[in-house]
Amino acid sequence: MSDHITEIVVFTFLFLLVSVMGFLAARWRRPTDMAHLDEWGLGGRSFGGWITWFLVGGDLYTAYTFVAVPALIFGAGAAGFFAVPYTVVIYPLFFLILIRLWSVSHRHGFVTPADFVRTRFDSPLLALLVAITGIVATMPYIALQLVGIEAVLKTMGVTGESALARHAPIIVAFAILAAYTYQSGLRAPALIAFVKDTLIYLVIIVAVLYLPYKLGGWGSIFDDANAKFQASPAPGDGLTLNANNQLQYVTLALGSALALFLYPHSITGVLASRNRNVIKRNMSALPAYSFLLGLIALLGYMAISAGVKPLPGAKAGSVDSNTVVPLLFDQQFPSWFAGIAFAAIGIGALVPAAIMSIAAANLFTRNIYKEYLRKDATHAQEASVAKIASLVVKVGAVAFIIFLDPQFSIDLQLIGGIIILQTAPAVAIGLYTRWLHRNALVAGWAAGMALGLWMLYEIPNAATKRAHFGGSAFPLSKFGFDTPKTIYVGFVAVALNLLIAVVVTLILRAMKTPDGVDGTAPDDYFADEGDPRLEKARTTPETLGSST
Amino acid sequence: MSAPRSDRSPWNWLLVIPIVLPLLTPLYNFDAPRLFGFPAFYWLQLAFIFVGVATTSVVYRMTRRPRVSAAAREAGDE
Repeated sequence: MSDHITEIVVFTFLFLLVSVMGFLAARWRRPTDMAHLDEWGLGGRSFGGWITWFLVGGDLYTAYTFVAVPALIFGAGAAGFFAVPYTVVIYPLFFLILIRLWSVSHRHGFVTPADFVRTRFDSPLLALLVAITGIVATMPYIALQLVGIEAVLKTMGVTGESALARHAPIIVAFAILAAYTYQSGLRAPALIAFVKDTLIYLVIIVAVLYLPYKLGGWGSIFDDANAKFQASPAPGDGLTLNANNQLQYVTLALGSALALFLYPHSITGVLASRNRNVIKRNMSALPAYSFLLGLIALLGYMAISAGVKPLPGAKAGSVDSNTVVPLLFDQQFPSWFAGIAFAAIGIGALVPAAIMSIAAANLFTRNIYKEYLRKDATHAQEASVAKIASLVVKVGAVAFIIFLDPQFSIDLQLIGGIIILQTAPAVAIGLYTRWLHRNALVAGWAAGMALGLWMLYEIPNAATKRAHFGGSAFPLSKFGFDTPKTIYVGFVAVALNLLIAVVVTLILRAMKTPDGVDGTAPDDYFADEGDPRLEKARTTPETLGSST
Repeated sequence: MSAPRSDRSPWNWLLVIPIVLPLLTPLYNFDAPRLFGFPAFYWLQLAFIFVGVATTSVVYRMTRRPRVSAAAREAGDE
């Protein structure tokens, strides 16, 4: 531990700095009344271009991404680079689709995607399914942010042997995070994101200039990686893709992009912005983070070139490949700069963890508490329930990490991406058309969920010797095709979901089953800053007709 | 409400490029030619990021609503 003392001091200093900022954030941009979910949960829907850029960037590119993507590249090579096409594809989708969600939410005061589904399809059941899917998918994602911090703490040697000593620093970090999120809401991560991203950009720019210089240039870094993959017996690795994993690469990139913009925390970030132009402009500015992520991914190759050996994992004989990037920094950088790099990763975990817990709390408050437990809840009651829910969510995430094998969180996050995709027909297609019947959407959701979970269960992993939940690459041979190719599970599941939704819609329409009343008007999807908010009471279909 | 608002614009079709291009692996799944030591697989995909930035910027500029009406609406709101 003593040889890491400089790192620990720098890390602790920066961590305390952002904690103070988190508490002060409650006074930042002076809300008139914090006891309202729009203020606590969406930062007053007032964020301009710069804040949105930092907030959404800090939200989508999590600490886990920064640790796990290079770890994947370190282990498998080209297949791990899917993160780049994934984060290129997502912005045009945001630009076209999510902008409509912003407008309709602005008009109706929606806080969550389930709020929208509720009003659009007049179906509390569908809204409940969307809300529960969102909460379940988000929980393990928060837990994974802790895995990101833990990788750093492990490298600094501040984690002891016993269960309590191993987790004590994380419990402290999360307690502080929970306290300031409780107090400041979305303003806390928005403010901290400035520090986080400045540190991350600084660290990565230094890393991609300094490390290749130390390691003999980019050419030799790629050659070293190539030599490792040539020597390894695994069939799937290499500096480029092979014939069998290209379909997986493409479907994973596209499926992950679709999943990411359905995640409640991305939607929370987008809804917090001030107007449509802020979002549209950001779609050209946010890819700066994608470029950063591409460079971060390549740290995996630098780690190969530098001969990094990952630290042992929780179980005997296993390795924790998430430690490769922290170890690379530890070995190659002077210790004060390694401390800054570790703080960047650690703080990088706090921003998304805060936003995710707020998003999950918003879902619980709006779509479970207000819908089922207390229909006449006031704005102040909503805000206080959401604050408590955000605490519960964080305690749950810490419990995940302490009491369960971290591998379990990784599995759940894998599942999370696939189940959140199953809300695509209701949320994304619902923004364009109401043709799909509400009950057909429920049927499609159920079919997609069942198929997705079954496929995940059937995937073995040779490397970790597990028979089930071994990854998201499903061998097509299990469907009876005579091929070694693999495909992303979520992609197949959502295709079935859509097929079932269409078929059942045709049947229900033929049977003239009532499909409720649309609470939104076509013009709502183009509303912008300055358009009047429709009061909740007025969004019932009868009054809507007379008010516009 | 006067003329109904709309998102429709032929410029939006430009956004198909950054959605489809990064998904065509046969276009970039090569080691050669290398650029600054980066195999084609890596530098081409990093280059696609700039394609995404360029197309979204163009579409944003071309589909932006006239400033005047936005300002007028804001003024009317206050």
